[in-house]
Amino acid sequence: MSEEITPEIFNHLVTLAALELDEKQAAYLRRELNQQLKAIHELEAIPLDADLKVTTHGVSYNLATSPALREDTWQPHPNPDEILAQAPQVDEHYIIVPDIPHEKLD
Amino acid sequence: MQLCDHSAHELLDLLRSKQVSAEEIVQSSLQRIAAVDGRSGSLESGQETDQDRGTVHAFISVSAEQALEQAKTIDQQLARGEPVGPLAGIPFSAKDVFCVKDTYTTAASKILANFKAPYTSTAVERLQKQGAIMLGKVNMDEFTYGSSNESTAFQPCPRNPWDTSRVPGGSSGGSTSSVAAGEVPFSLGTDTAGSIRQPAAFCGVVGVKPTYGRVSRYGIIAFASSLDCPGPITRNVTDAALMLQAIAGADPRDSTAANVPVPDYLATLEQGVKGKRIGLSPDYFQISYMDAESGEIHQKPVQEDIRAAVYHAAEVLQRMGAEIIEDVPMPNTRYGIPAFFVISRVEAASNLHRYDGVKYGYRTPSAEDDLRVMYRKTRNEAFGLQPKLRILMGMYVSAAQYSEQYYNRALKVRALLRRDFDQIFDLQGKYRLDALLTPTTPTTTFPIGAIYGDSVLMQYADQFTVTANHAGIPGISLPGGIAADGLPIGVQLLGPDYSEHTLLQIGRSLEIGTQDEAWRSQKPAVLR
Repeated sequence: MSEEITPEIFNHLVTLAALELDEKQAAYLRRELNQQLKAIHELEAIPLDADLKVTTHGVSYNLATSPALREDTWQPHPNPDEILAQAPQVDEHYIIVPDIPHEKLD
Repeated sequence: MQLCDHSAHELLDLLRSKQVSAEEIVQSSLQRIAAVDGRSGSLESGQETDQDRGTVHAFISVSAEQALEQAKTIDQQLARGEPVGPLAGIPFSAKDVFCVKDTYTTAASKILANFKAPYTSTAVERLQKQGAIMLGKVNMDEFTYGSSNESTAFQPCPRNPWDTSRVPGGSSGGSTSSVAAGEVPFSLGTDTAGSIRQPAAFCGVVGVKPTYGRVSRYGIIAFASSLDCPGPITRNVTDAALMLQAIAGADPRDSTAANVPVPDYLATLEQGVKGKRIGLSPDYFQISYMDAESGEIHQKPVQEDIRAAVYHAAEVLQRMGAEIIEDVPMPNTRYGIPAFFVISRVEAASNLHRYDGVKYGYRTPSAEDDLRVMYRKTRNEAFGLQPKLRILMGMYVSAAQYSEQYYNRALKVRALLRRDFDQIFDLQGKYRLDALLTPTTPTTTFPIGAIYGDSVLMQYADQFTVTANHAGIPGISLPGGIAADGLPIGVQLLGPDYSEHTLLQIGRSLEIGTQDEAWRSQKPAVLR
């Protein structure tokens, strides 16, 4: 199998993605990523006009069809405690997390 | 035939004429769930049993008490002669990506297993305002990532009511199973590459992917934000029109919900197909698939009985007055899946970064003193393999050094896919089509375990549906027959932006034109 995503690139991606994989998961995921890349390479054979623009939404919006933007005004939430109740750890309306590592910048 | 086997519009007639009560309707649905659904999916599923293998497992959670309370309230309003909503008393299920206040909304993932939504999605809110009664949340592929429902963290996964050894399709497989098995007359699903239409075809029901922006995405857990479309899943076209009428329209809480008036879908439903121009494209009758070893793309014709069903549908529509235009070129169809591999992964990775064990959802129970370690453990323990795969691919193809090669190129290919449709629907063009008629899927439903794990082959199941998501146009999958192996076949209609009324009208005509055919009387195995 030709490899696009080497173990080194894969490990870098895993770190960036804030994941932590066991060996079995890593082997499956790297194999599937490389298989998907093979499929994606079909796109390279398509002739594209130099002036072809990217399409980020299939349906185009115009002034008439775009909803008006809401006014940028502050509105209180009716029950913020309800939102905070979803957090795994809360103290006095503060969300608690483990220590955030600090790095000294020179 | 039991009450729950009636369609929504039949139930509404029975309710309004006081032949049945809302409570009786809900009780009938609950009895059907008890009879065919088996145990609900859960994180601690244990060993699969013989009974599990014969039941449908559409639901993750059933809200029986609340549903019965709502039904009683509607009955009291009716008894007092008070006005009720247009969908009063009709039960529905919602895919578990729709937030519903104070109910668990899990996206079929461990990372959201304890998440109780603090607000309600617009689509569910609109159905409830019309008096529809949510009976429960239905299972799906984890975060909608799949075409079979096998990736749910809540096992047992849903099974196909026509043959419980086979998948219902996905990712809205719990929705289509619940409708096909008569548990509810309609269900809310979402469609990012075909996730409403593909399982609708596999389960023999109607599935509508509206135009992007036709239905608000507010309150729906996102997969790929430029492709996701919520829509109806029903047992017939009239119910699909009823349901779409209720949920469609602009929404100040979703800036992509288009400010386009919603037509009266029921008003045009029975107007027939006389003069409608309906196309057939050879590019939708051959399937592409990748050789796993060489990476070469091969093509072969679709399953013969699926091809025959689409041509039969064309003949029926032609007899009813439609003009059939053959050999319509759609040359970029085969690129829909490779482009989707790139675009959807980038958007999915972006959407999944928010799950970090801080604000809501799962956090690792291990005591960590470093935030970064907590992030990694939380995400590793609570995401399944399919979300992890999408995060990693999304990050790779959007990385600065690769984005021109992959991401920007895929977005340009998306423009070509859109151009294919613009040309065939152009009112001044050569084809001037009202709709393109295609197979919904290249095959009928496949056995559980046959494809799961092969993420490339699984994705190619969506090759006839994903093009509409790239282009943003509407599509509808309709029952089109039963294959020789006794499994449902879906036929698909694709139309120009905001042409849902036309697609529903053509779909209703196809229903009328085939209503006396023998396959229409066949029932899913769990109901025989």
